[in-house]
Amino acid sequence: MSGDRPDVSDDGDAPQSRYDQARYVENGEYEPLLSEKDRTRVKIGGDDADTDGSPLPDDLTRDSLELPELSEPELARHYTRLSQMIYGIDSGPYPLGSCTMKYNPKFTEDVATLPAAAVHPDRTEASVQGTLELLYRLQDYLGRIGGMDAVTLQPPAGAAGEFVGIRVAAAYHEHNDEGHRDEVIVPESAHGTNFASAALGGYDVVSLPSDDDGRVDLEALEAALSEDTAALMLTNPNTLGLFERDITTIADMVHEAGGLLYYDGANLNALLGRARPGDMGFDVMHYNVHKTFATPHGGGGPGAGPVGVVSDLAPFLPAPRVRERAAESTAEDPVYERFDPEHTIGKVHGFDGNWLVLLKAFAYIARLGDEGLADASASAVLNANYLAERIEYDVPYGPFHHEFVASAGEQDAADVAKRMLDYGVHPPTTKWPEIVPEALMTEPTEVESKDTLDRLAAAFNAVAGEDDDALETAPERTTARRIDQTTAARTPRLAWQALEDDA
Amino acid sequence: MHGSHATGSPYAPYTEEDRTAMLETVGAEAVDELFDIPADVQFDGRFDIDARTERETRRLVRSILDRNDDVTELLGRGHYGYYVPSLVDHLADRSEFLTSYTQYQPEISQGFLQALFEYQSLLVELTGLGVANCSMYDAATALGEAATLADRVRDTTGHRVLVPELLREERRSTLENYVAGTDLAVETYPVADGTVDLAGLTDLVDDGVVMIYAESPTVRGTIEEDLAAIGDLAADTEALFVLGSDPVALSLLERPVDVGADVVVGDASVLGLPTSYGMGLGLFATREDYLRQVPGRLVGASEDATDRRAFTLTLQTREQHIRRERATSNICTNQAWVALRTAMHAAVLGPSGLVELAERDVQRARDLAARLDDFVGVIASVHDRHHLREFVARVDRPARAVADDLEKRGFAVHVVGDHEIQICIAGVCDERIDEFVAAVEEVTR
Ligand SMILES: Cc1ncc(COP(=O)(O)O)c(C=O)c1O
Repeated sequence: MSGDRPDVSDDGDAPQSRYDQARYVENGEYEPLLSEKDRTRVKIGGDDADTDGSPLPDDLTRDSLELPELSEPELARHYTRLSQMIYGIDSGPYPLGSCTMKYNPKFTEDVATLPAAAVHPDRTEASVQGTLELLYRLQDYLGRIGGMDAVTLQPPAGAAGEFVGIRVAAAYHEHNDEGHRDEVIVPESAHGTNFASAALGGYDVVSLPSDDDGRVDLEALEAALSEDTAALMLTNPNTLGLFERDITTIADMVHEAGGLLYYDGANLNALLGRARPGDMGFDVMHYNVHKTFATPHGGGGPGAGPVGVVSDLAPFLPAPRVRERAAESTAEDPVYERFDPEHTIGKVHGFDGNWLVLLKAFAYIARLGDEGLADASASAVLNANYLAERIEYDVPYGPFHHEFVASAGEQDAADVAKRMLDYGVHPPTTKWPEIVPEALMTEPTEVESKDTLDRLAAAFNAVAGEDDDALETAPERTTARRIDQTTAARTPRLAWQALEDDA
Repeated sequence: MHGSHATGSPYAPYTEEDRTAMLETVGAEAVDELFDIPADVQFDGRFDIDARTERETRRLVRSILDRNDDVTELLGRGHYGYYVPSLVDHLADRSEFLTSYTQYQPEISQGFLQALFEYQSLLVELTGLGVANCSMYDAATALGEAATLADRVRDTTGHRVLVPELLREERRSTLENYVAGTDLAVETYPVADGTVDLAGLTDLVDDGVVMIYAESPTVRGTIEEDLAAIGDLAADTEALFVLGSDPVALSLLERPVDVGADVVVGDASVLGLPTSYGMGLGLFATREDYLRQVPGRLVGASEDATDRRAFTLTLQTREQHIRRERATSNICTNQAWVALRTAMHAAVLGPSGLVELAERDVQRARDLAARLDDFVGVIASVHDRHHLREFVARVDRPARAVADDLEKRGFAVHVVGDHEIQICIAGVCDERIDEFVAAVEEVTR
């Protein structure tokens, strides 16, 4: 029997893991599309209808619908196979910088599927007191964690939170007869959504270079600020993981110029229990609950991006928010109601945002409590520092916190990432921020143990020692080999219908 | 010891030994030294949030949510509670789906990319339009994105966006925020007996219109009978015709491409998500002509180094992480996992199941309206139109009082006018409908 062991000798005693992802091949192609397993055309209406006859006149209906018609067992296999062709946090380390890919506690899924959570948004206040209470308590938790006076839970992701911040700033300036302010300042190294959210709000974006140490350049900021400044958007620690040490000076400068200071909460995991945006002079912030509060990223979403503000801005928040109805509330039996802030900007979501995500975030915060949250930031920062110490790539900027940006040096960061896939780890975010050449933006989060970090470091180091050839032909062991991006973009085929057209 | 966390996060797996060794490696005595936070902004207070065990936390959440009354919801108006097959929960909850993120590394994410490609294909079949993205946040934000798309692709001089006066206020408000940074101005056009007042709309249309928005079914459940006329109107003035709908309705109603729609938006999570307090999935499909202006993520087919077909996010130069302030949208994190669930639910139903579901939605709404119409003091439906899954009924008593009395009997309905209630049958089983009918008889007498 022992003679049947598969040959893994090509990795010898290497410290890095080896990973072979599932790969199904049929007729020379990977797992077929649903449409290749079946196509059934159902005719609607008319004399030859496949159904019992449409209850609508033919001129109101389509003629037919053609889609796969498969049995449940076939579908169970299809989706199980697809899942095996995906790497998630539960597969191994996922140090994707800026994305805070923490472990997602399983029990939060159970909480989100409680039957009592399945309520319609148009229910009367009296009949959904539980939902309103949970939202109220989450507003309160987030306010305390960020040092903010008022919170809206409506924005469905971080970028939507940024957009709320921008719209709130616009409404605030308008309210104070300062509607002429038409510029938003964003550091060069910021996330793309900051620029895009400001632009969506109609603002001119002024981009701010960083100083030699990788932080906000105060002189450049001075030059950028003017009576046209509506806001400065910052994340702190910034995308290099560095704390903006001059934050109180920055806040004073922005306020002096009549602008507002916006906090991009993507990096809040570094600060939990140690510092709060509200105490640093930020006026408005979003919380990225799918990062900091461990709700699952679901292959790209859903997330949630609640927004907290100081009291001056509270009247402008989206409608509705939730509050206690003081007159009828008692300590044992609080009563909650929805209300529209006095000068609300209105809505940024058709209802009240991503409820199921908010519910999971609430459960996570309630589980961790003060101690757990403070330990999350401590362990996240220790992990990043430990990992940086163990890898051979140079890390030009510091002291960093929950993430660091290494440079792949002479290697191409994108190729480094591809090769890391072969070693059973997800690679870092690459080529951003651009201030670091061939950037490898790495955020291990608090959930990795020392052993895992050692294996992760081994993966980095194995790649660091490899030649261009090995890098350019990577990955070898993933379901698909290197994918041709140029063809995908030049000849877009975005649906199975388009595949047939060129067959 | 793992598991207890009096001193830390239960999800940070350290031993004291590890921590000491790690600190030694980084050359620090204590973790505090690793923080570079000026003293004046350090936080020394407490949040006063107690740590709990997993079991206590579950009990806490359950005890809060149990304050929600358990009523049968006959509610719709843009958010629906269809039965979601077990397969969807069980397979979408596989942790590879749930705990991965955006497919920045496509080689290791083929499964999700393929599922999203299949989702896009489903929408292409339903709409007849060539391009569908793999999600916006919800119907309202998708409508907002359609307006900014119209602003980019139309070079007419005008700035008018026309929406029906019956549009849900929340959708309209979201749209207003999305166009706040443009020169677009949102105006309403009239509705007659629950659907578009074509003459009224025609009077309003001129060269200054960049977009006409209509919904079918409408927020009142009525089915538009002359969408093609709206499409023609839009085409004549080179405005974009944006149609609001959803995958169940689209399985039965006219194909958007056949009525001249340029963009289709709506809530795709009518399939895949149970009632979720308004959480949704923004459907967004458009013509290939506007491909380079589409917001959000797109999955495309390509080949890998072995020449086998493989999937990848594509045309990313439209997106914020590359194009920054010139991106077609600010969206990054989206609703991918909901899209996966929607695709799964549609796959379970198959084409015959989808068509049957939509046909039953027409039939069951019609049957219920007829039963209620028999009662003195009730007129159902108030609109002389075909309906899908919901309709408005007139009640002689004040609508609020009727709704309150129904709630006491365990049923929730919408109040949409002084004497109008709205009733939706999606996801409500026949037995409950019978009980509901009996309750309506009691409270409308
Ligand atoms: C620094 C930063 N800001 C903003 C965002 C946008 O957040 P979201 O993806 O939730 O819209 C992200 C993440 O994606 C980010 O990393």
